[in-house]
Amino acid sequence: MTDTPAPRHLPNRLDNPLRSTILSWESLLIIVAVVIFIINSFASPYFLNAYSLSDLTFNFTEKALIALAMALLIIAGEIDLSVAAIIALASTLMGFALQFGADTPMLVAIGVGTGIVCGAFNGFLVTGLKLPSIVVTIGTMSLFRGISFIILGDQSYKGYPASFAWFGQGYVYWVISFELVLFLVMAVLYYVLLHRTNFGRRVYAIGNNDIAAQFSGVRVARTKFILFCLTGVMSGIAAVLLTARLGSTRPSIAEGFELEAITMVVLGGVSILGGAGSILGVVLAALIVGLVTFGLGLLNVPGIVMTIFTGSLLIVVIALPILFRQWRNRRPA
Amino acid sequence: MKLLKTLAITTALAALFASPAFAQTRIALVVKSLGNGFFDAANKGAQEAAAELGDVEVIYTGPTAATAEAQIEVINSLIAQQVDAIAISANDPDALVPALKKAMERGIKVISFDSGVAPEGRQVHLNPSETSLIGSTIIKLAADYLPDGGDVAILSASSTATNQNAWIEAAKAALPKDFPNINLVATVYGDDDSVKSTDEAKGLIASYPNLKAIIAPTTVGVVAAAQVVTDMGLIGKVNVTGLALPSEFKQFIDNGASQAVALWNPIDLGYSAVMIANDLVKGGEAKPGATLAIGRMGSITLDDTNSAAMAPPFTFDKSNIEEFSKIY
Repeated sequence: MTDTPAPRHLPNRLDNPLRSTILSWESLLIIVAVVIFIINSFASPYFLNAYSLSDLTFNFTEKALIALAMALLIIAGEIDLSVAAIIALASTLMGFALQFGADTPMLVAIGVGTGIVCGAFNGFLVTGLKLPSIVVTIGTMSLFRGISFIILGDQSYKGYPASFAWFGQGYVYWVISFELVLFLVMAVLYYVLLHRTNFGRRVYAIGNNDIAAQFSGVRVARTKFILFCLTGVMSGIAAVLLTARLGSTRPSIAEGFELEAITMVVLGGVSILGGAGSILGVVLAALIVGLVTFGLGLLNVPGIVMTIFTGSLLIVVIALPILFRQWRNRRPA
Repeated sequence: MKLLKTLAITTALAALFASPAFAQTRIALVVKSLGNGFFDAANKGAQEAAAELGDVEVIYTGPTAATAEAQIEVINSLIAQQVDAIAISANDPDALVPALKKAMERGIKVISFDSGVAPEGRQVHLNPSETSLIGSTIIKLAADYLPDGGDVAILSASSTATNQNAWIEAAKAALPKDFPNINLVATVYGDDDSVKSTDEAKGLIASYPNLKAIIAPTTVGVVAAAQVVTDMGLIGKVNVTGLALPSEFKQFIDNGASQAVALWNPIDLGYSAVMIANDLVKGGEAKPGATLAIGRMGSITLDDTNSAAMAPPFTFDKSNIEEFSKIY
């Protein structure tokens, strides 16, 4: 055991040998996004308008921010279903602090801080007590939102300062919202983290085989703990944005966001079984979800049809690679 | 081949959806959630108003999930479509304010109906009825059939629903002086979800063995509660009442699970909302004391918060449920 083994290439996707980028999932998503964009432009005279396109981004930015961190967590073979409940608790605590005269920096600190604490709590239960993450986060989902309901009941907090509202309603330049800029910056950061650092490689290794990763010297528990904290932080940030956008807090805030964030992750090509996926895919999936919901909204298509559309898209996305693999395996005799 | 197919679909879709620019007034009727009989009836009234006015097109829309976030997405798409007016029944009085303010900044007239928006987020609010009157009506519906008094419980919609909360407050206020022998033991929330409402109704029956009546001031909850009472064989022991759509609720008046329920007329409500929105688009001014015409419903006078009430609620029992169940 004196030789250092040569660094080996660990592929991002096991089922796709990356023969060419043309065949990759991300290319397919780009084509889908472009096609939907073109259909939208033809279908509604109101679509190609700077203000419309700007409003469109608000449909997905908060959920997409969570999806970035969720992607890493799912690649590592874990999941966090409590993200929307973390938003509710963070928003409630911000509103609570507001009653005691907290200013904008304080509110943001409380929102993001609550996210970190909740994420660390999830991380501790999963890695410290070795509990399955799906069970833990179903539990904390009720716990976090339950605390919000205890604090708020059927009341709501409002009266957030204008400087705070800017985070959810403000524009950095012309129609480019702060939310969109933050999302793009975060997307780049997560791209670097997952695809350009040792930490990112360890995430893939854990997702493919966490026991093998453990024996290869990867600190599995610590890495997973950090991933839960990251998901918590992103939920805290989303709580700041959403609370600022709504200008108010109620315990039912962000209901159903966890499933929409996970939809983006899975649509983005992240394997729900862990071990494969990319940040670019998740960003494109977020854009597609935003384009579809806004495009159908412009045509006043009932929300039920949108739900059916997103559901079908998801099933197709999960089924396609499996069918493709079966077809490829059957071909050579 | 795939490309060809994609192109063909694109062209077909474009041809299907490409619509000419409308020269007429477009009024959006935004409801809490689609698939709710009450709002479908409101749409019927809205279409009636549009036909009467002639130059008005009503866009009936709303989210699938009854959340403020989903409703904001609908509002954003209506802003992008540059509609002339939005008449909305809000899932949250405060959370919609920033989105509706943006709509008003871009020249869209905004009114709320049924479930209101905070005054800074709309120009007019149309109440279906008077809050205090509804509050005492829902208690009276139960009390009329409890001459010796007893325990009653409330099964509401979501804990943040503006109108339900106001009615329950008014009901509580009416209890001590008008109904001294009625004892309100609990208020639970079914979130206007059939399954959750059913569970909450079962919970009430299990927790309060002396329960004489369940009052559900929501069309979803009242059906769920009546179904539970029917299924558990408690007809005659627990009376279900509240606010119900006659067509959805007729079977429970017929089988005796409920003696009577009440509701205002959602058709009139949708009709009036469109009439008010049209008044504003055509130059009417929304200010305290102003009087706006609402077609066959007469007129309303705005109070100091720019709100107005349409009409008192209407009771349905064995004598008239047959007739009204055919209307809505």
